[in-house]
Amino acid sequence: MNIHPTTAGMLLAGVLFVLGLISILVRRDIIFMLLSVEVMLNAAALAFVVASAHWGTADGQVMFVFILAMAAAEVSVGLALILQLYHQLKTLDSDEAAKMNG
Amino acid sequence: MMEPAFYIAAAIAVIATVMVITRYNIMHALLYLVVSLLAVAVVLYLYGAPFIAALEVIVYAGAIMVLLIFFVMMLNLGKESAMQEQQWLKPRIWIFPSLLCLVLLGELVFLISQNHQPPSEIKVVDPKAVGMALFGPYMAAVELTGILLMAGIVGAYHLGRQKEKTLHRFLEN
Repeated sequence: MNIHPTTAGMLLAGVLFVLGLISILVRRDIIFMLLSVEVMLNAAALAFVVASAHWGTADGQVMFVFILAMAAAEVSVGLALILQLYHQLKTLDSDEAAKMNG
Repeated sequence: MMEPAFYIAAAIAVIATVMVITRYNIMHALLYLVVSLLAVAVVLYLYGAPFIAALEVIVYAGAIMVLLIFFVMMLNLGKESAMQEQQWLKPRIWIFPSLLCLVLLGELVFLISQNHQPPSEIKVVDPKAVGMALFGPYMAAVELTGILLMAGIVGAYHLGRQKEKTLHRFLEN
């Protein structure tokens, strides 16, 4: 098997991203959907680092740091939103939140 | 041509992610997600980014996963939670993630003891270059990221605050 390292890394990032996408489309538990977003963000960040290793520049790794900070902020706000949703609806089913008419 | 270490770590990452998206219990999924993130950290190390691999372990597999786990535990108030805890800690639940982690640990020890050098196609970017880029041309973006984190803190505090019940007496049914 003679695959170029950049190709192999991009393939891995693509597979992880698609797994997260499948999960976010299939699952109805809202915490699982948040987890899937994490998986997809992580795959995108991996693609950036692989590109950084391919070109030999630091820009991809800089982007990884930004994605990391964004993921942390996104998770904290998302968990607070889920907490509110759970207190309002007493369930974690995202279909319940479709009826948001106040 | 990548070495076998990459293929082992990539296989562990994909297997763990598949296990994440097929679990019914959120705690089991989180257990596998930590393994998946650790495997991705090994892949990052193999791509000549040791600083980024350390960040992945500390922030992703450490801080963010701990946040999620504490959150799930917080939601699970009630008398059945202790019984559930006992169910969760059966050996067949944690034996497979531990096995995957052990493979990753063995790989890491092997790589470090071999004084590993990445293949010739990969150009190593040292942490110094990343730091120079972060605090040179990307200075404005770093400050904006700080503001984003501040907005995350304020938003989480505001949303997570328990409102008084009387404010919602017309909304409750």
